[in-house]
Amino acid sequence: MGIRSQALRPSELVEQRLRGGRTDWPGRLVAGALLLALLISLGILLVLLADILLRAWPVLSSRPLDFLTSPLSARPATAGIVQGIVGSILLMAFVIGLSLPVGIGAAIYLEEYAHDTPMTRLIRTNIRNLAGVPAIVYGLLGLAVFVTTLGMGKILIAGGLTLAVVVLPIVVITASEALRAVPNSIREAALGVGATRWEMVRSHVLPYAAPGIFTGTILSLARAFGETAPLLMVGAIAGTFSATDPADMLTGSYTALPTVVFDWSGKPQDEFRALTAAAIVVLLVVILLVNATAITLRNRYDRRW
Amino acid sequence: MTEGGNRVSIEAELETARREEPGRLAGPTIRVMTRQTEDQSEAIAPGSEEGSVAVDFPPEEVVFDLQSLSCYYGDFRAVKEISLRVPRNQITAIIGPSGCGKSTLLRSFNRMNDLVDGARIDGRVLYHGVDLYADGVDPVEVRRRIGMVFQKPNPFPKSIYDNVAFGPRVAGFRGNMDELVEQSLRRAAIWDEVKDKLRSPGTDLSGGQQQRLCIARAIAVEPDVILMDEPCSALDPIATLRIEELMHQLKENYTIVIVTHNMQQAARASDLTAFLTMGPDRAGYLVEMAATDQIFTRPRYRLTEDYITGRFG
Repeated sequence: MGIRSQALRPSELVEQRLRGGRTDWPGRLVAGALLLALLISLGILLVLLADILLRAWPVLSSRPLDFLTSPLSARPATAGIVQGIVGSILLMAFVIGLSLPVGIGAAIYLEEYAHDTPMTRLIRTNIRNLAGVPAIVYGLLGLAVFVTTLGMGKILIAGGLTLAVVVLPIVVITASEALRAVPNSIREAALGVGATRWEMVRSHVLPYAAPGIFTGTILSLARAFGETAPLLMVGAIAGTFSATDPADMLTGSYTALPTVVFDWSGKPQDEFRALTAAAIVVLLVVILLVNATAITLRNRYDRRW
Repeated sequence: MTEGGNRVSIEAELETARREEPGRLAGPTIRVMTRQTEDQSEAIAPGSEEGSVAVDFPPEEVVFDLQSLSCYYGDFRAVKEISLRVPRNQITAIIGPSGCGKSTLLRSFNRMNDLVDGARIDGRVLYHGVDLYADGVDPVEVRRRIGMVFQKPNPFPKSIYDNVAFGPRVAGFRGNMDELVEQSLRRAAIWDEVKDKLRSPGTDLSGGQQQRLCIARAIAVEPDVILMDEPCSALDPIATLRIEELMHQLKENYTIVIVTHNMQQAARASDLTAFLTMGPDRAGYLVEMAATDQIFTRPRYRLTEDYITGRFG
């Protein structure tokens, strides 16, 4: 054969061949670049977080509870964010109560009932486009429809409705995707034993899609929580005039956490830098908690089947 | 009617009616064709009327009577003018090369194709003389009586018990569910393997067990017919053999129509065989249908012979 060298035993030859001698430079280069990309994105995030925490430290360390429970104030020493927290919670209640049932319902209809026609395809594409529309446009819509045309005025209900509209397309899309992830063989199995379409959806498709629907919609909730621009349009009051009582907030002046952040960041006094940072930390913690809830729920459901 | 049954099957009702009033149901609607004049050497064009209606049974034995059935997906015709009859309490196999419309044909037997957008049919699918596609026929009722086992085992990601109990539950079963579940699992020859873990997920079973679970699920609603769409294609030979034995036991109570890729399986397990192939337009048509041993020993057409001897397909 000529390949076998006389000095080497067969196993040595094989070993030599298997070890190879080449270094996969392009491969290493790509891996390195990918790692760099990861480090950059993580690094930026960490720097931001550290910076915010450092700035917020004076407030968070000296009066953490007081900060959470005190009303907004022009005096930095006593200013808190209670209206922001209450307002945001109420807004979230609107988003959950409105966009989840409507959005999930729309997704179920689109995926399980509607036939695949040019019309439904058009609707689907449009929902995707709506999800990409900047939130401030929804703010204008909320201002025009809820505040002005329906004559609600700049009250929390108008803000809640606007935020619900902002996340509605996202809820529809994520719920649709979760439903589509349920294999068709499951649908055929259910219908094959004589289930109606609704029995199939209720007993099988929805339960199996639930983890995905939950995760997706709760994540969209987190987005609504941090949304500022549309709220400014529909009149979340940034100053100290917003009501402190939740009941008054529903029909009177209101504010939300991101709006507070926005307002404080524009204040000239130095002390408000720390207050702004502290409010941001609270906002981030809430969003983190919401996301953690989403993931926990998903994992729990995942284990069930 | 078996114990724990929640409804009277159509077959049982027909049986009673026949006993009470002989002749009423065995109406003249179904032609009885004879084939005495048939000449083996004579070349009849495959797909012609004579080739299509190849097997004859007494009318009361006919469960399905397909009359010039064509199936379409949008503009594409997947199945072309098939006429055949399926007798009761027999195993009828549908064989043919990939893509010749076997599954499409089978899925038209219980209106499973309704779920596919753009699917429609021409011609008639008579089930005990009633057109399944007629106005007012409820596909849910159709599927309750004509069950289906699919190519890939598709148990629900729920407990073994719930897999079997789902069908009876939606059918409004009021009897003893534990009994019905046990009986269905027994009849599907899987009871001994799962009786101690009825609460564990059906998806944890092996492929062959999953498929028998799916058969148990299908028979739990006490259908008259079980359609099987290549039920063994995802299984190993031993699991396949078990399913075939099971089919043999089941045909006592059910009419079985099975689509299979596997010619040995058709030869081993079926009483009748229909051979489909596709024309240049890719539409599947029926070449011939006859008793299985006839198809495999002296087929009428060259096409059939070529296929079963492995020369094409």
